[in-house]
Amino acid sequence: MIEIENVSKVYKMGDSEVHALRDVQLHVPAGAFVAIVGPSGSGKSTLMNIIGCLDTPSSGSYRLDGQLVSNMRDDALATVRNRKIGFVFQTFNLLPRQTALENVSLPLLYAGVSRRERREQSLAALKRVELTDRALHKPAELSGGQRQRVAIARALVNRPSILLADEPTGNLDQKVGREIIALFERLNRDEGVTLILVTHDRDLAQMAPRRVEIIDGQIVSDLTS
Amino acid sequence: MEWLELTRASADSIRANKLRSGLTTLGVVIGVASVILLVSIGEGMRNYLADIFAGMGSNLLFVSSGKRDTRGAGKGLSTVRKITLEDAQALRQRSLNVVAVAPIVMGGGTVEHGSLSRESLVMGVDENMPLVRTLPLGSGRFISAEDEDGKRRVAVIGRKVARELFGERSVLGLPIKIADARFRIIGIMAPKGQSLGYDFDEMVYIPVSCALDLFNLEGLTSVWIKAGNQTNLQPAIDDVRRILKNRHNNREDFTVVSQADLLETVNQITATMTLVLLGIASISLLVGGIGIMNIMLVSVRERTREIGVRKALGARRRDILLQFLIESVMVSLMGGLVGLALGSLIALGVHAAVPDIPVKITPWSLFVAFGFSMAVGVFFGVAPAQKAAALDPIESLRYE
Repeated sequence: MIEIENVSKVYKMGDSEVHALRDVQLHVPAGAFVAIVGPSGSGKSTLMNIIGCLDTPSSGSYRLDGQLVSNMRDDALATVRNRKIGFVFQTFNLLPRQTALENVSLPLLYAGVSRRERREQSLAALKRVELTDRALHKPAELSGGQRQRVAIARALVNRPSILLADEPTGNLDQKVGREIIALFERLNRDEGVTLILVTHDRDLAQMAPRRVEIIDGQIVSDLTS
Repeated sequence: MEWLELTRASADSIRANKLRSGLTTLGVVIGVASVILLVSIGEGMRNYLADIFAGMGSNLLFVSSGKRDTRGAGKGLSTVRKITLEDAQALRQRSLNVVAVAPIVMGGGTVEHGSLSRESLVMGVDENMPLVRTLPLGSGRFISAEDEDGKRRVAVIGRKVARELFGERSVLGLPIKIADARFRIIGIMAPKGQSLGYDFDEMVYIPVSCALDLFNLEGLTSVWIKAGNQTNLQPAIDDVRRILKNRHNNREDFTVVSQADLLETVNQITATMTLVLLGIASISLLVGGIGIMNIMLVSVRERTREIGVRKALGARRRDILLQFLIESVMVSLMGGLVGLALGSLIALGVHAAVPDIPVKITPWSLFVAFGFSMAVGVFFGVAPAQKAAALDPIESLRYE
């Protein structure tokens, strides 16, 4: 569950200040599927980074599952990311020299899970994205859609509170992109995974029951259909 | 993250860049190999010299003319009164702590027989010489008191001299010319080989009084003295000082050095030499370390995105730091191991090819080399690893 209150983010660029986010309020209950839409430069990346605990706000507070994370430092944030956030990137960001299974188990490695359990949980995660048969393949031996599904398995493997997907279909063709979105919907519907989809694509955003639009660092609309 | 996994991740990256990693280790390989090689030679030299001095017996004293503060053997000042045969005689008679006193005159000259000749070291000695140093005789007899008293022109020659001038025939009783004076051969030394830079097989021994005449000298080169045993070494030194001072108008214009002093000097010199060699070798290790740092910095830059991904997935600073640090340590340790083997092989090879170069591979030099290469990996790996650990995950994920 996400509770963002009065969050602002200011970057200093030389003498001038850039307000990437102004006084943002956002609550996302567990099990929701929310799309965050906005053109590039709107501040949606900044918001995503804050939600994903990669960045902290200049002011305001952010609670994740009741825990105040907005004042945490590097290593504490890393631990929160490891336990609570699953990232899905536009460019997949798999480690090229490692197999799908090894890529999926990476978060477990940093969580200190034993070797045996890593293997079991990673295989289970690959099963959830229907890629068990590709477990020992390296990213280069997989199609784009398969790579993104490995990345989703990696995001799921630690059973995070939030799955944070940043333009997850941006590098895929339309048909494969739809399959990935369908996978997200299924995970959200059947397994109750909280899903935040960040995109500039309005059509894609329509897939989410709730759409938050951000322009110039402010939330301009928050619609639930 | 566990050590095993960290090590795996590091090994993985090394394997992915085999050629680059190999070339990087080369610097450390050369550094460690030269440490091992040079230290082995230094230590070999030290052992060799220490063995020689220790082999002389710990109750030996050497007296030479001239007062020196520094230790070691050398020529005395010419203004001082020389130590004479009479001085040696007095030492022999007046000290209870002294077992044997051997006057020594060193000189060089042409040794001839018939048409054959060679340059040789000529040592004037008397019958006391064998009491001070063990000089095994091959055949015949050594110079006796009668030879000395009667200034008989007799010579005992080394094995090599005998073979070169006379071939394989029996030489006892044959004439030999030493520095244009006629001598008669009375004995041949058993083969002894080189020691202290002298080849004893090339040595020619004649009575010390003959040597003084032959080389036209007023005094002895030195006097070798044997004390009864270790406990009366110091009393013997005191005796020698007192007796000689008494005879030299109360001036201490001579130097008494014990075998222990010489041994210590030799140890000091060779230890310093070993350190210098170690220092020289360390420079190449340093250069190797800089090579590692360079490559690690490149590696961090190349893998910025990977670092970003790892951080996004929950890697803490420490995880990233250790991953890169282990990588640089692995590179340098691999170099260290190869260098260790290479250095040892070359050292043994050198000794096998040129047995005159003493070589000793000491365990400590192996540990030092290994420890050094590990330290190089840590020292030169820290900066790149810290750079990697400090990367901002957002920036890193955006890095192309």
